[in-house]
Amino acid sequence: MRYLLRKLVFYVAALWAALTLNFLIPRLMPGNPVDLMLSKLATKGPVTPTTRAAIQALLGTDTNGSLWSQYGKYLHQLVSGNLGTSIAYFPAPVSQVIGQTLPWTVGLIGLATAISFAFGILLGRAAGWRRGSWIDNLIPVTTMLQSVPYFWLALLLLFLLGSTWPIFPLNGGYDVYSVTPGWNLPFVQSVAYHGALPALTIVVSSVGGWMLGMRNMMVSTLSEDFVLTAEAKGLTPRRIRSRYVARNAVLPSISGFAISLGFVVAGSIVTEAVFSYPGIGSALLLAVSNNDYALMQGVFLIITLAVLGANLLVDLLYGVIDPRTRARS
Amino acid sequence: METTTQGTTQGSAQSSPQGSTEAAAPSATAERRPVTRKRRLFPPMTLKLGVGLSIAGLIVLFGLIGPLVVGDPSTVRDIGLTGPGHGFLLGTTQTGQDIFAQLAYATRGSLIIGVVVGAITLLLSSFFGLVGAFVGGWVDEAFSLLTNIMLVIPGLPLVIVISSYVPNKSIWLVAAVLAITSWAGSARVLRGFTLSVRSRDYVLAARIGGEKRWRILLVEILPNLIPLLASQVVFAVIFAILGEAGLSFLGLGASGSFTWGTMLYFAQNGLSLRLGAWWWFAPPGLLIALFGAALSLINFSIDEIINPKLRSQTRAERNRWGMSREQRQAAAEVTV
Repeated sequence: MRYLLRKLVFYVAALWAALTLNFLIPRLMPGNPVDLMLSKLATKGPVTPTTRAAIQALLGTDTNGSLWSQYGKYLHQLVSGNLGTSIAYFPAPVSQVIGQTLPWTVGLIGLATAISFAFGILLGRAAGWRRGSWIDNLIPVTTMLQSVPYFWLALLLLFLLGSTWPIFPLNGGYDVYSVTPGWNLPFVQSVAYHGALPALTIVVSSVGGWMLGMRNMMVSTLSEDFVLTAEAKGLTPRRIRSRYVARNAVLPSISGFAISLGFVVAGSIVTEAVFSYPGIGSALLLAVSNNDYALMQGVFLIITLAVLGANLLVDLLYGVIDPRTRARS
Repeated sequence: METTTQGTTQGSAQSSPQGSTEAAAPSATAERRPVTRKRRLFPPMTLKLGVGLSIAGLIVLFGLIGPLVVGDPSTVRDIGLTGPGHGFLLGTTQTGQDIFAQLAYATRGSLIIGVVVGAITLLLSSFFGLVGAFVGGWVDEAFSLLTNIMLVIPGLPLVIVISSYVPNKSIWLVAAVLAITSWAGSARVLRGFTLSVRSRDYVLAARIGGEKRWRILLVEILPNLIPLLASQVVFAVIFAILGEAGLSFLGLGASGSFTWGTMLYFAQNGLSLRLGAWWWFAPPGLLIALFGAALSLINFSIDEIINPKLRSQTRAERNRWGMSREQRQAAAEVTV
């Protein structure tokens, strides 16, 4: 119970930090969003003070209250689910834009990461079990793939499999012209077809990390005394591998899985940009290029919340998988 | 000082494979020992380390010397999109700029980012990781709470949001923002390791001996962390170069700078993909990948110092641990 309580306190603190960061960044940064927008408008024609007032009202920066009262108002708006109005998708509210784009990202990134994790763990298990075999020598190759930037690999795959040999579509989440979104077979097929290349990019560039981590933990666990005991008892190598070694070696990878989610989301933003995938990363970039600060903050908040939530889930699960963590705290 | 503390931490773990030889033929190991002790300061020169060091060294040299040799990377010519050869080593961009010259300047820009972020990350992570774990109490609680919060807040979205508020960014600002969002991971690793070193007997002995706290931290504990610090810095450099490349690729990097990321940004916007100009978008990414892979190879070698269990144990190497024919004869004579 104490373990759970500690975890919850930490996540509440992290959530508060994220919310406050989201509130403070626009107010501490040297660039004022209103000035930024006005300077863009001024290149096209004269700007009247009423325009300024209108933009201030739109961005919600027209209140001259103290920082504390603004903070209170901001928190109140968040609790009531009001994230403001998007400029890029005017007049849609930010929450609606996020609601439309989030399923795409969660579907693509979630699936691709799960596949990559499973592959990496299996490969790493094999490499650690038979050290010095051909599969172990694969490690430097996968590390090389891991240091390849996500977006460059995406560009390369797009060039090879999209342009040179047109096997996969060049961009988008589904075929806009021939299928209607909804739970019908053509749409699902189209989504899978369009998602294959982005997913492949993510899997190829992230599988090496899982593999290396698992391999190293396998090697470390193999030299533990309990493995020697298991061998001495005459258990089958298969049983030792999966029940004794792999089961213990996979634990750090699982907690690493939670931490890596933040990086995965970050990488996916750029991947989505390359494939023009209609996910939340594209929404963030559109917000950045249109100076849509409400949408930008909303997207940052949602990404942070998603990563925090996933971390919490893994943390709670970890307590079940590895009883030692509960005992220690 | 360094060598001895280094020796005590690694010695126990490292001597295990040699244990059998040591017991059977003390004379042979006595001759060999000075060699191994000297080697422990630096990673043993393996193939991995050699390849990693030489690739990284070549790229660094290219970044240092390249910009002095090549011409102006921004000169516009009327020979857009010519392939490699034709007077230009790597061809030209859409507006006829020399890609090889751009690559040289970009290498320098990206390396500067990597070095600056690596240095700031080292400072921040060793402060929050080392000092927190060493002092203990509420300082440790507060530091590790801060570290964990920074760890779960996704970095790149934060960097994107921050950099979109600042229209004209210098390369230093980008480096600082990247460093602020990336120190937490290595601080956590350092904290864990410091906690284990702190409770060792020799630290207790130093404390009883009346050494000052800062001296215990800097002279007794820090040298044990050097391999770990080195590998964290290498990671930070890779992370920074990749992060900056992603940021620049989205058009949010430092203004007026040449990095691998900005090259890719211009290549993407110049439709090099559709026009099939592979010589434009392939080299910067390839250099990032090569440099990252080289640093990873170096990191493998450092990891093998930190954790001797990870050393590659191929069958050939395991056979080498066995006794030579003379040793076996000597052992037989002793036992009989």
